[in-house]
Order: sequence, then structure tokens, then C-alpha cells
Amino acid sequence: MTERVAEQIDHQLLLEHYKKMLELRVFEVKVQELYRNGMLPGFVHLYVGEEAVAVGVCSNLEPADLVFSTHRGHGHALAKGVPAGVVLAELWGKVTGSSGGRGGSMHMYAPEYGFMGTNGIVGAPIPLATGGALSAKLRKKGQVVVSFFGEGAVNSGSFHEAVNFGAVWDLPVVYVCENNLYATEMAFSRATKNTSVASRGDAYCLPGVEVDGQDVMAVHEAAKQAIHRARKGGGPTLIECKTYRFVGHHEGDPGTDYRTRDEVQQWKQRDPLKCSRKLLLDSGVDEKELQAVDQEVESLIDQAVEFAQGSSEPLPGSVNDHVF
Amino acid sequence: MPVQDRVITYSDAGVEALREEMRRDDTIVYIGQGIGPRGGNFRQTKGLWKEFGDDRLRDTGICELGATGVAIGAAMAGTRTIVDEVFLDFALEAITQIIQQAANISYMSNGKIKAPVLVRGAMGAVRNAGAHHSHTFYNWFANTPGLKVALPSTPYDVKGLFKTALREPGPVVFIEHKSLYNSKGIVPEEEYLIPFGEARIVREGKDLTIIAMSRMVDLASKAAAALAEQGIAAEVIDPRTIVPLDRKRITNSIKKTGRLVVIDESPSSCGFAAELLAIAAEDCFRDLREAPKRICSLPVPNPFSPVLENQMIPSVDRIVSDVHKMMKN
Repeated sequence: MTERVAEQIDHQLLLEHYKKMLELRVFEVKVQELYRNGMLPGFVHLYVGEEAVAVGVCSNLEPADLVFSTHRGHGHALAKGVPAGVVLAELWGKVTGSSGGRGGSMHMYAPEYGFMGTNGIVGAPIPLATGGALSAKLRKKGQVVVSFFGEGAVNSGSFHEAVNFGAVWDLPVVYVCENNLYATEMAFSRATKNTSVASRGDAYCLPGVEVDGQDVMAVHEAAKQAIHRARKGGGPTLIECKTYRFVGHHEGDPGTDYRTRDEVQQWKQRDPLKCSRKLLLDSGVDEKELQAVDQEVESLIDQAVEFAQGSSEPLPGSVNDHVF
Repeated sequence: MPVQDRVITYSDAGVEALREEMRRDDTIVYIGQGIGPRGGNFRQTKGLWKEFGDDRLRDTGICELGATGVAIGAAMAGTRTIVDEVFLDFALEAITQIIQQAANISYMSNGKIKAPVLVRGAMGAVRNAGAHHSHTFYNWFANTPGLKVALPSTPYDVKGLFKTALREPGPVVFIEHKSLYNSKGIVPEEEYLIPFGEARIVREGKDLTIIAMSRMVDLASKAAAALAEQGIAAEVIDPRTIVPLDRKRITNSIKKTGRLVVIDESPSSCGFAAELLAIAAEDCFRDLREAPKRICSLPVPNPFSPVLENQMIPSVDRIVSDVHKMMKN
């Protein structure tokens, strides 16, 4: 990673990124707290540590563009513009949730925001996103589709078959791999000989780009180019964002059986929030301005909790609705 | 003036339905292996590529998982798609996308996202293709909430059901029978649709009800004709779609005759025939004069040997013989 020089940064853009990343972080920490207190049903995979990827990518998207996400998808939903209260209400199984409580963490959909769903099946959203891009191309709507997935998906047949389709049909899709090094507990280096996801672009004759996934400006720039290229009919790009989850695979997994505490601590030094905050301060942004942003975000999440908690449960008699 | 008695094949009836619907709805895109210039392994898309071109007839490599996922994703995003697995057996490569994604999406999204995708596949035993190319697991799809399942048995039904399937809001698994593709029947040239959930009374009768699906309808009809010569009047019913199922027409017939025989090319255990017997038990218990009977394929993988495969699959003789045993009581 190259050290960023404060003077060369678009401060306004970085501040916007910082605020959005903070929303994702505070949201997930709140979810963790609620979950640990037994308030939320089901189980959740938190996005803590990877915020720069969702925010860096989605900040380039138009409202009509589509995002297909993963099991670790709360951050993608928020970054695509789904209100925090609607996401949290879904985690709570409430009628005001994005799926009216029928989906939960891994099955939340908000097409009204271009959010085409989290997904409980690793790899499965990559063909779906590719199909979304086929639809966009045929309908000539100028939409771009972003397919998020972890490095755990890239050894699946779904990845290979989907990326191959995206490439051979020149579809307007950007494949964004969040390489957090572990598929649940399986280290990427134990799962494959080729640990460079970006290099796999060569296999499909499309550009493969590796980027520091903790550097929101770097992610933003890489995604900007790829999205521009896709929108102009230039076909897909594969972006590998090197990142790390600061928490376990799912809430309840300490995440230390297969990772050393040293490794976790080292990655936490590169917390995207801390890094961008420092950069903002170094570049002359006033501490008070940042504190105001912090308070604004805290308040936003508090309101989301109030909204979700105060919302109704679904009526038991509605269980048969929407099957077909 | 419409030609009411025009006779065409089962495969041509499908092509005609597709052509009409693709002309009517220009968002329909057809994805699958060999469905472009080749016109399909079973001639099931013959001539369509010439009219609709590469954009709408999208040939793929041999990759059912990806192709099916792409078709479902496109459907979620507003493009009606058909994905042709060619052999239904190959849908197994893509089963996770069909069951986990397509079938669940409407419910998981609270009705906000629909996936109007038609999954097409040809099932069943034909010309001793062996165990990998002969499966008839349509009951698996029927056991999955969110999927509709059509099993046309005649050229007339292929056209009418296909057209309905291509106007459904969500996923439909459309299963033809390989050995029926060359069969012929009357198909009107003009447009018509057959509603889902409407069984066809193939033949009326008062002594027993025979329910059969897909190719077994033809066997059931032949058996009924043989039985008629022996003074037994069998009513033959073809559900046509098993999801939704025309429970009313089926139970009315069972109540009338008091006897039920189901002919099924799948094995009996946990199969669709068992579902029909359960419906008879639930809805017609007091009307039944005999224990209902399943006549199914034997629970073995499809053998290659013609002798063995014929032994496995229900035959007209087996149906006639089993019905006689039932009527003797």
C-alpha cells in the first residue's frame, strides 16, 4: 500500500466516504449488540472492517444501477442507499423491513434502491448479477451491475461460469471480490494455488485489478474506471479488494481459531475508518467537523433502532402471501 | 377460416407457441445449448434463430449452472427468459439456482421481485438412453414452494400450456417428454391458452379413475381402450399441470368411480402418485370402493438394456392386468 498524501486528496469526497463508512460501522456494531442481547432472531454476518469496499464501489453508482450482494451484505445494502431503518427492521423480522420480515439478513431485497439482494448461497449471486447485466444490456437502460462476492466464491463453478458469460457477451457488470483471506475458516492459501483473484481475469480475457480494500479512495478510483468502462459497452472488469473482517465469520464465531490475534491486530491498524479519519485531520479538516459527522451518524442509527424496534411483526395469517 | 384439424408434432407445437409469444413480447430471451442455428437437440427451437437472431436466441456452452443463473438474474431484472436444460437430467447441474433462487425470490422479497423464467427440459425414457439421460424427477420441483410445473402430454397441450407459461409472473418448470417430440396431434393455428390448474378428462368412464402424466397418458388411454372392450369403463385424467393441481376435477372423478389408479413414470416412493393417493384418502375416503393403486416405474436407475428398461417402466399390459385385479374384488 502506498501512503496517501493529504494534499492530493479530494477532501469533500473523502469526507462523504468517511460518513458513509461510519454509518456501516455503527450499524453493524449496533446489530452485534442487539444480537448478543438476544433481540434479533436468526444469525448475522457482520461487515466490520470491509466498509471501504462497499462505499468505494457504490459511491460511483447511479440509483438505477443494480447491486447483487452476499451473505455479508448489510454494508452493501446501506451503501446502495437502502435506509438503515429498513435494513434493521428486516433483521428484526418486522413488516417494515425490506422484505417485510420474510427474508432476514441473507435474503433482503430492495429493488426500489437497485439492491437486488443479499444471498445465503456463496457464489450463487454471481450468475444472477451477470443475468441482471444481460437484462440491462438488452433493455438498453444504461445500467451497470455490480456483483460482490468473497474470495470464498472464486473456487466455485458459479464464479467461473458466470464470469465467462459476462466476458463472452461483453456485459455491463463489475465483479468485485472482497478478498478477506478466509472463507469462513478456510485460508485462501490453503484452498487454492493461485491466490491472486485479479490474475484470474486473464483466464476470461478481461481486466483484473488488485486494489487495497482498506483504502476507500483507491477502491473508489478502481471502481470508477470499471463502471465507466462497463457503462460504455466495454464489458466486465474483475476487481480484487484486499480486505479483512475484524470480526468472526458470523456473530458468535470468535474468529481466532484459524487466525492469530497478531494478524487481526495488524489488520486493525489499517482500519478504513481510522485511516480516512487521520487523513482528513492531516489535511486540515477540523476535528469538530468530524465530531459533528460522528454525532449525525450515531443519531441516524439510533433512529433506525427506534424505527425497527417500534415496527410491527407480520400478521401470522400472511404466511402464505407472495409464494408465487 | 381457422384450420381446426391441422396435425403437427409435439415439438412443432412448442416452436409455434414460442414464435407467437416471442413476437408478442419482445422481452423474451431464450438461453440454452444448441438452441440457435442448430434449432435444438430435439428440434425444439427449429427456425426461431432465423427470425429472432443472436440477441434473443442465445446459444451457450455446456454450463447449465451459469446459464440458468444468468436466466434467473435477467428475469429478476425485468427480462422474461427461457432457459433450456435440453435434457431435464441436466437441470441437476443448475438445481441450486432453480430451487434456492428462482423458487424463493418472490417470497424472500415480499413479492417485490418476480423471476419470470421458464425452465425447459425434456424427461423420460426414450430409445434406451441409460441412467444419465432418462430421469423423470418432476415431483421434486412440485415439492418446492414457488415453482409451477407443467407436463404436457399432447401437441395441443404443449402449445396452450407453453403460451400460458410465458405469461406467468414467476418461474415455471416446463417438462416435455423426449419420446413425445415426434408424436402428432391436432393443433389449431389460431391463438389459444390453456389455463394452469385445469385437468383434462381424456376419456370418460364410470368404473375407475386412471390419472396419468406426460407419456403415461398415452399408455393409460390405450389401456382404457383395451379395458373398454372387456366391459370396464375407465375415466382417464391428465392433470397437465401438477402445480397448480386441479384437485376438484380429480376428486370429483374419484368420488364418481370409487376407484383410483395412478400411472407414473417415476418410482412410487415419495412420488407424485403418492400425492394423488393421499388426496384420494383425504378428500374421497368414504367414496373409495377399493384401495387405490400406484403403477409406477420400478425403483431402479434406468437400465440400458431394452429388455430391462421395458421391465422397469409401466406398460399397457401391466396397467390392464392391475386394473383387472382391482375390479375382481
